[in-house]
Amino acid sequence: MGKTVIEKIIQAHTSDEAAPGKIVWMDLDIRSARDFGGPNVVKNYEREYAGLPLADKAKTFFTFDLCAPACTLKYADNQQVCRDFARKYGLEVYDVDRGIGTHVLMEEGLARANGTVVGTDSHMNILGALGAFGQGMGDVDITFAFRTGRTWFEVPESVKVILKGTFKKPTSAKDLTLYLLKVLGTKKIALRSAEFTGPSVAALSLAGRLTLCSMVTEMAGIIGFIPQCGADARKEIEGYTKAPYSPFSADGDAGYAETVEVDVQDLPPQAAAPPSPTNVKPAAELRGTQIDSGFIGSCTNGRFEDFAEAARVLKGRKIKKGIMLKIVPATRRVYEELLAKGILQDLFEAGAIVVNPGCGGCAEGHVGLTGKGEVQISTGNRNFAGKQGKGQTYLAGPAVVAASCILGHIAGPEDL
Amino acid sequence: MDTLSHRGRIWVLADKSGKLIEDIDTDQIYHNAFLHITDIAEMGQYALGNLEGWKDFPKKARPGDIIAAGRNFGAGSSRQQAVDCFIALKVAVLLAPSYSSIYFRNAVNSGFPILRCGELGSLAAGRKLENGDEVEVDFLSGKGFNLTKNCAFSVDPMSGVQRDIYHKGNLFAFGRSFGR
Repeated sequence: MGKTVIEKIIQAHTSDEAAPGKIVWMDLDIRSARDFGGPNVVKNYEREYAGLPLADKAKTFFTFDLCAPACTLKYADNQQVCRDFARKYGLEVYDVDRGIGTHVLMEEGLARANGTVVGTDSHMNILGALGAFGQGMGDVDITFAFRTGRTWFEVPESVKVILKGTFKKPTSAKDLTLYLLKVLGTKKIALRSAEFTGPSVAALSLAGRLTLCSMVTEMAGIIGFIPQCGADARKEIEGYTKAPYSPFSADGDAGYAETVEVDVQDLPPQAAAPPSPTNVKPAAELRGTQIDSGFIGSCTNGRFEDFAEAARVLKGRKIKKGIMLKIVPATRRVYEELLAKGILQDLFEAGAIVVNPGCGGCAEGHVGLTGKGEVQISTGNRNFAGKQGKGQTYLAGPAVVAASCILGHIAGPEDL
Repeated sequence: MDTLSHRGRIWVLADKSGKLIEDIDTDQIYHNAFLHITDIAEMGQYALGNLEGWKDFPKKARPGDIIAAGRNFGAGSSRQQAVDCFIALKVAVLLAPSYSSIYFRNAVNSGFPILRCGELGSLAAGRKLENGDEVEVDFLSGKGFNLTKNCAFSVDPMSGVQRDIYHKGNLFAFGRSFGR
């Protein structure tokens, strides 16, 4: 029988047979750790492997994004622990000035189609957007990967998700993603690799692909791939890797555990109400819900295009008095482009708070935390109870967040 | 030979109707406010600290206790602390119908017995598994027995790699056993 995308990538990294359900020992092309997990990796390494070399220092990185620059003394200490280790072993650090690690690994051309990339970020599987097998792992796994360059992995089953139909703006990749969270929930692709196909995903930009693939984590999937790739996305990926983009595609006779069809024809904007990313409704049904704050950023919606979409709504308008809109670009490179093209100015003039690149409040970093009773609308990927504080978080796309911040309640651009 | 079975008191993470709580995420298990902690001994006090109804778990837990939870346990973050906090409390076994992939790996790599139990939901709903019951689980045969309710059940036995890592203690020791 032929192989699916995930089976081909794993097969290219192991001498074991990469068939679903089999446990293989797999080579890892890139291993990384963040300012969260990283200090634990250092501690593990110095305890278990003191004095022993890393498998390959040119393939081993630190990326600081969670609390950047450090906002607590503990994080300042933890980041320095990683820097000291990196200096001692000669490793590259993408420090607190650089932004979200997964995005930096992509922009640096380190995460590549058909490669294997691990790190202490549960959204590492976002790299499925460029045909790479990214996987988040805990600090024990990553320590072992630093030392050996390998890990064990149970080859997952694959599920094919066929998206029927197309939709128009202002519906975005985030709305599609939220709708899939509603339909697929946390069961349909749980512990599986998903391959998304259909005209609506084939047309996505790289930013849109990242949005969809990032939230496979919230669907409890191992990873999601989008085998079809539009010209714009291809061009952007090739700009980072400086090589032709040629991801594996599944064989015609590849085996899928299941095929799911989802109708997305004329899909309207969506939003996830607390307390879970799968609690999704058409945004119009939530219209009028009062908000206190907005957040645009995160690995899910932190690309140039996401802020440009928000700026189209915000330009020439003002955020409602008393509403705080926080803007966190994913990376320094995104920030640079926003600056060069005047987007930051549009956002600033509308009244937004613009800060340096990073993860923002997703994991209780700097920006995007809620106090008790506060209602936030966010382009992030999680709204679990208590995650970003004691308030409540709604998830939506950049246009809906921007429009909501102008009106002070959940709304779409059509309400302005 | 290490022990391959365990007997202990069980905590069933269920609502009042006996329905197991599903999708318990890593922020409910170990909140991101404490991610900066790297010393395992400090982590136990925060276990289940953001799970409504279970915030006093660290005070109630005794070494050797077993935890039973609903499907997709450990969703969300890759944080090892969400496993280590239970190790710190000397919780001995974790049972759930399914886990997030990362969480499951983290537990396996730490040599912490984590086992899938497909019938856990029906056991809990049928009151054949309740808080405080004395339960025995064999990691290799997959045989489970509730001594309090005199009721047998089964779990998925440890996989080969899981058993090997468990035998050696953790992934590091396992790696050393074949020269890595």
